[in-house]
Amino acid sequence: MRRRWIAPSAVVWLVVAAAFFLIPLIATLLFSLRSIQTNKCCSGAAYSLIVHDHQFWSTIRLSFQLALETIAISLLLFVPTVYWVHLKLPRLRPVLSLMALVPFVVPPIVLVVGLLNLYKGAPSWFYDKPYGFLATAYVILAFPYMFFALDAGFRSIDLHTLTEASQSLGAGWGTTLTRVILPNIRVAALGGSFLTLAIVMGAFTTASLAAFKPCPPYIQVLNESQPYEAAALSLLSFLIVWAAMLALVLVGRGRPRPAQVAATR
Amino acid sequence: MIVGAFKNAHGGATLHHMHQIVQQPYRDQYWLTIKVSLITAGVGSFLGLCIAYAMIREGTPRFLRTILTTFSGVAANFAGIPLAFAFIATLGTIGIATTFIKDHLGYDLYAHGFTIFGQTGVELTYLYFQIPLMILVIAPAIDGLRAEWREAASNLGATSWQFWRYVGIPVLLPSILGAFILLFGNSFSAYATAYGLAGNSVFLIPITIGFYYSGNVVSDPHFAQALAFGMFVVLAVMMLLYVPLQRRSARWMR
Repeated sequence: MRRRWIAPSAVVWLVVAAAFFLIPLIATLLFSLRSIQTNKCCSGAAYSLIVHDHQFWSTIRLSFQLALETIAISLLLFVPTVYWVHLKLPRLRPVLSLMALVPFVVPPIVLVVGLLNLYKGAPSWFYDKPYGFLATAYVILAFPYMFFALDAGFRSIDLHTLTEASQSLGAGWGTTLTRVILPNIRVAALGGSFLTLAIVMGAFTTASLAAFKPCPPYIQVLNESQPYEAAALSLLSFLIVWAAMLALVLVGRGRPRPAQVAATR
Repeated sequence: MIVGAFKNAHGGATLHHMHQIVQQPYRDQYWLTIKVSLITAGVGSFLGLCIAYAMIREGTPRFLRTILTTFSGVAANFAGIPLAFAFIATLGTIGIATTFIKDHLGYDLYAHGFTIFGQTGVELTYLYFQIPLMILVIAPAIDGLRAEWREAASNLGATSWQFWRYVGIPVLLPSILGAFILLFGNSFSAYATAYGLAGNSVFLIPITIGFYYSGNVVSDPHFAQALAFGMFVVLAVMMLLYVPLQRRSARWMR
């Protein structure tokens, strides 16, 4: 009884899904194309204003730098850790994955409150600068995605054989890690990195509370004065996440996919 | 943080905050947050399940599934302030959909009590990331639902409803419960979206925490920690409810 054609009820549900998902996007696009003087369609004024806005570029640059910093720190921290756990301490793996669930279960807002508290006594070069405190918070928020991506990557290669082979050829731990292991888990590391990028570009909770100014809070400020530009910016940020996800799909093609959920909420 | 919740403004130990967070208006706020989370998790699970099944079942072209999965990955990540503005642009007072419905269908949403800045609006917006999350989480479980079972059931004369009642839902129940909990936690802890949408009109607990913590008017970090601790307790209770349910529903699946 193989069906040749799509079932009618399936069509109904898929149309419902398409409507629910697409209408807000299309509406945002139309909204952002409204002209500021006449409130009518269509003008690219909102977009040209954004492109010429100095503050936009500085905030997006800050978000982007933060994302890169977070990715670098997470990779440096977690690649050796996960490698070591897989190689020598497999019994610790469940403990690590339980820890990775913590940022999921604990509301981000609670996490932020806790972190702000914990680092209260830290020197001001760390606490006051986005590069210090925010990056730390993002590393924690990104930990589950990075961990599960890397974990899947390490599980799919034959770690012991690779390590032994490289060592019997006379390589030290550093060489083994950078020249043998890393190329083999490149896809997993890239996948984790793209997810992290998506999280950081979208993260608002942490930034707004700690009163720094990367991209999303800038949208918030903008909305209060210029609604059409805010809509245009929202759409742009959607496109950034979309690009990160597309890159993820292209990189991971034909392989088991890492967890794709990275809601910044 | 947990320690901080039990401290007073001078750093001494106190149970005062614990007593305070179960008083009004915070009790109502917790209840509202739980209600919003339950509704969005429930509706999101149901719609997500139906859409995921429609996407996976026999006959649906393969490329639709690829598109929808990728899109869900994006939409589940598309949250926070940008999402709030997308919905304001759509259903806000001068939003595209609002004006369209008013001009072409002659129905003024706002005259009939709807507002995107109210509870219904927040719930509708949450669904935008809840449904994709459900699709992503439940799809592997539906893959495990074999077409042969459905054929076997219909050979034995079962209607589609009977198939779902006696085969489909029981098999999927453990996964559905797990996904429901995930969705509940997801919207329970959502902050940025509600903040951008209805920061001053719908008092969800995360917003109140942010309010006490950033403190434009009042600032009481220890009280914020106490509220956060309360959230933690609610989530812990949810998990405790979930474990026996999960065990019971998965009992015969070995």
